[in-house]
Amino acid sequence: MAERPPDDEALARFRQVFDQWIPHNKALQLEFVGHAPGVAMIRLPYAPHLVGNPETGVLHGGAITSLMDATCGASVFIKRRKPGRIATLDLRIDYLKPATPELDVTARAECYKVTRSVAFVRCIAHHGNEDDPIAHAAGAFMLFDEHFGPKKEQRP
Amino acid sequence: MSGPTSQATDKPCLADLVKRAREDSDFSALVAAIPYANFLGVRMELRAGELIGVLGYSDHLVGNPTVPALHGGTIGALLESTSIFQVLWAADTLVLPKTINLTIDYLRSAKPEDTFCHGVITKQGRRVVNVRAIAYQANRDKPVASANAHFLVEPRE
Repeated sequence: MAERPPDDEALARFRQVFDQWIPHNKALQLEFVGHAPGVAMIRLPYAPHLVGNPETGVLHGGAITSLMDATCGASVFIKRRKPGRIATLDLRIDYLKPATPELDVTARAECYKVTRSVAFVRCIAHHGNEDDPIAHAAGAFMLFDEHFGPKKEQRP
Repeated sequence: MSGPTSQATDKPCLADLVKRAREDSDFSALVAAIPYANFLGVRMELRAGELIGVLGYSDHLVGNPTVPALHGGTIGALLESTSIFQVLWAADTLVLPKTINLTIDYLRSAKPEDTFCHGVITKQGRRVVNVRAIAYQANRDKPVASANAHFLVEPRE
């Protein structure tokens, strides 16, 4: 046990890249809150400027789309165990019920299959209870060999 | 829970804004009332009778600074927003359409520049409206993404 497992180090670096390096994730204040094999969990804090219906205070679907796209992508990184570049091929989102105003939204994505070129992901968004989801998504991602993240000399 | 509250007085009445937008062919007041549209930088323009959604470029929309490319979520938001405004513009509803689902195909990486979107209502039913939307940048013939969406509406009696 001379060195730390590379997985943890890669994960810590990825968390940094995800939360801080991706401008739109940072703008939404997305936070990497947990992981399991092939699984990523990301939280979107409720914010008044993300509201889509000012009469009800319900979050805009676009914010949920960004959260789920980002979480799906994160699960692919975790499944591949490396920050290789990916691109969303398609994403289908079912809105099961409106988000409750003032509550944070957490997404849990599972990359359940990777091939040489494509990764397949499913994702749910919820307010803390995965059995009572707000939205469900299914997506496919193209995989590239290129590195994803800041170049070595730019890393903090 | 959802009834009028003490804060309701300073909130805009969306039905009025929708009505005004249709009458004046000007969506700016309606878009301005939606916080997320302002955060993202989405606006609606009428060009030759077509409603065009515009996502003005800003740095916080980027999802991959290396390529660089816009975040897929921002393109999804533009597709969904433009579809909703297209329904408000052309379909028979005065309430904000509720998105049932949205399928996005990402066709090309979106460059860090302005992105445009146009939605077409493929079917108007009593309760459901189907919309197909295309997002593109400088060249309309090279779309960056397309979407199919279903919206729940309440027809005027």
